[in-house]
Amino acid sequence: MESSTEQARNVMQSPRSPSSQPYLSASVTDPVKLGNGVQAYISYRVITKTNLPEYQGPEKIVIRRYSDFVWLRDRLFEKYKGVFVPPLPEKSAVEKFRFSAEFIEMRRAALDIFVNRIASHPELQQSEDLRTFLQADEETMERFRFQETGIFNKKPADFMQMFRDVQSKVSDAVLGKEKPVEETTPEYEKLKHYIFELENHLAEAQKHAYRLVKRHRELGQSLLDFGKAVKLLGACEGEPTGKLFSDLGTKSELVSIKLQKEAQQVLMNFEEPLKDYVRYVQSIKATIAERATAFKQHCELAETTKLKEINLDKLMLTRSDKVGEAEIEYREMKAESEEATIRFERIVKRMNEEIVRFQEQKTEEMGVAFHQFAKGQARLANGIADAWRALLPKLEAASSA
Amino acid sequence: MMGSENDEDSHLSPPPIIVTPADSDPLSALPPPNGGTSYIEPPSYADVIFSPFDDNNNASDDSSDTLSRSPSSSSSSDYIKITVSSPQKEQETASSMLSGGSTYVTYLITTRTNLPEYKGSDFTVRRRFRDVVALGDRLAESYKGFCIPPRPDKSVVESQVMQRQEFVEQRRVALEKYLRRLASHPVIRSSDELKVFLQVEGKLNHLKVGTDVASRVLDGGVSVVEVAQPARSGRDLFRLFKELRQSVSNDWGGAKPAVVEEDKEFLERKEKMHDLEKEIINASQQAETLVKAQQDMGKTMGELGLAFIKLTKFENEEAVFNSQRARANDMKNLATAAVKASRFYRDLNSQTVKHLDTLHDYLGVMMAVQGAFADRSSALLTVQTLLSEVSSLEGRAEKLEAASSKVFGGDKSRIKKIEELKETIKVTEDAKNVAIRDYERIKENNRSEVERLDRERRADFLSMMKGFVVNQVGYAEKMANVWAKVAEESSQYNRESS
Repeated sequence: MESSTEQARNVMQSPRSPSSQPYLSASVTDPVKLGNGVQAYISYRVITKTNLPEYQGPEKIVIRRYSDFVWLRDRLFEKYKGVFVPPLPEKSAVEKFRFSAEFIEMRRAALDIFVNRIASHPELQQSEDLRTFLQADEETMERFRFQETGIFNKKPADFMQMFRDVQSKVSDAVLGKEKPVEETTPEYEKLKHYIFELENHLAEAQKHAYRLVKRHRELGQSLLDFGKAVKLLGACEGEPTGKLFSDLGTKSELVSIKLQKEAQQVLMNFEEPLKDYVRYVQSIKATIAERATAFKQHCELAETTKLKEINLDKLMLTRSDKVGEAEIEYREMKAESEEATIRFERIVKRMNEEIVRFQEQKTEEMGVAFHQFAKGQARLANGIADAWRALLPKLEAASSA
Repeated sequence: MMGSENDEDSHLSPPPIIVTPADSDPLSALPPPNGGTSYIEPPSYADVIFSPFDDNNNASDDSSDTLSRSPSSSSSSDYIKITVSSPQKEQETASSMLSGGSTYVTYLITTRTNLPEYKGSDFTVRRRFRDVVALGDRLAESYKGFCIPPRPDKSVVESQVMQRQEFVEQRRVALEKYLRRLASHPVIRSSDELKVFLQVEGKLNHLKVGTDVASRVLDGGVSVVEVAQPARSGRDLFRLFKELRQSVSNDWGGAKPAVVEEDKEFLERKEKMHDLEKEIINASQQAETLVKAQQDMGKTMGELGLAFIKLTKFENEEAVFNSQRARANDMKNLATAAVKASRFYRDLNSQTVKHLDTLHDYLGVMMAVQGAFADRSSALLTVQTLLSEVSSLEGRAEKLEAASSKVFGGDKSRIKKIEELKETIKVTEDAKNVAIRDYERIKENNRSEVERLDRERRADFLSMMKGFVVNQVGYAEKMANVWAKVAEESSQYNRESS
């Protein structure tokens, strides 16, 4: 278990800083499609540049596939409870078959962001599993991957179920507990409410962003078809109408291309960040579930310890010969309870730090996304205006003739 | 809204805000478009409020004013404006044998004109749809060879399926469009048929055309002479033979083998019209798809904007950190721009519809051209039929004469037959001459109509293209301004290495 009392080094991301400064940076590049049909998968190059002593050298290149990233994320989620582990892009069983160039590129970019977020996180960057991921050869990596036990294979959905179980008063009643085992501090309540509501709002925004991409494509397609039709119409007409229609058709086709290009930009630079935001919020929900579990454990163990203490006192009063046994049990339970409390409190501390980080990170990332979107739309609109404007002199000339 | 005031903001000065009030010179605020000099003098298209048919002066009313231009030949002060309104339910009078007590709808037809052929400058009448059908039929009769706008459909299916009010309104719009098209035709606007329709008060009577005499003649049941007797003029006989051809389908490729059209120029023109019609149909369909795509784009952009407005409100309400407030502000700028862009798309689209509607209108025009060409083919067929009729009758007469001359003293019955035949030949000859005159007249009508049409089509298409393009430019400029402002306001997030 990683200790949180270890000093978080100020590890830089850029390898160009003076060699005395510790740095760690990683990038995911060169996606290559391997295998055939259903077995097909994409492999990526992961390049690590670092001067940290724990690493094998200044530069290391390994080959990784999507399930390796999943392994890393699961390990980090298990070991760093309370940290908002960066999310992964969805597995997407359907798109895999098509493996379009755009899809591959988007996935690569998302995985690159994933690794970089981990490498720049003060706690996560020290993880042994991260080192394994960045350095182990492929056979070793594969072995690690297959070693996964049940608990490490839990999906966020499973954690959500655990979370719901904790929430359920029925299960508590069955266990004989009167009050629900939940944190009820107002700040925490507010946070939970915020996260759940935020997911709904973001999902809606992301949905419309995705539709907007589609609309760009549809408008582009319709202008392409319109341009072709208008050219054919021009071929039936004499001058000057014929030539004007032909020019109109050409411009229409040009505008169509601009729209298709922008569609891809909107998808990559606007819709994808929104999707990432949603994934992040879902990851936080999973962390909230972890916290609830830890809280429940902490409460239960504290209760049990209390009971054991009461029992011990009783036995001591009656000078029973079971005192020794009971004392050992009590001490063991107390130790466990204290550990559970430490675990819970570490989660709380981490979450408090993480939420600040998260908000700042998201403001930055969304700010960039909005800026790029606005620039893209402005560029598109200007391009469209310029294209159509070029026709006006001829149209004016023909009108006044 | 100024930039964020959070702790991460390293910019101490607020970003410059570009303001373009509607009446200032926008070119001073806009960056010059690619290539430096803008074609347009100020004000740029971004500040113009667009109206359809900027070139035509008739676009003063709000309902679609299709193809209602003054004919280029007459003085520009001639006008005739027709409005269809106030549908109301009326009952059939009980005395009518045709339908006891059923209801029908009448429409108020209001005309304003300064044409001398009309008896006044303002008049209104009430007409029902049946009257319009009759008007259409009469015009088709009297103006052969002309490109007569097709009259509105009877829409029997729609009348059953649609809501009453919706159907009546749809019909009202169609009637108005139709009458306005008639009024814009330089010849038809002064026709008796239209004048009666627009001016004569009270109900119009429509004498039903008699049962198809032609088929009875063909069946041999009625002799041509018998039928021809009551109306002796060659024109009636001419009509008779026209009715003989009622069943001839008037489609492009359907020139029956009997019609031998030798006029190469005509055939070429017909072919060209056919191709043109095909491309107009195609373009009109693509225009519809384009309009739908523009509409969807606007709608989704608006929905995106609203989603972000909700997010902004949410973040502001729940904000614990300044980073949240900053984000809420960034979202608000984006959302506002998206909503504005959505409105621009909507407005652009309604302009696009008005302009590209020209393509739809020309579908009707092409139908009218079809009709005109069909009149010509029909007339030619009649001429050719009558020619062969005359020749066969003459052949019979010759045979009878030959046979009769062999009989000593003359063949009384045959002689009588020959006399009757000669009478028929004369009548048929007359009819043939009338038919030839009509054919020539129709040919001339065709020619002048096609010429007029080509001219008008050139002007209409030019106007359509210009209107379409002007609006695309203008609204794109407006949208560019809006987004440029957001990009400017969020310039602190610019991470591109340039």
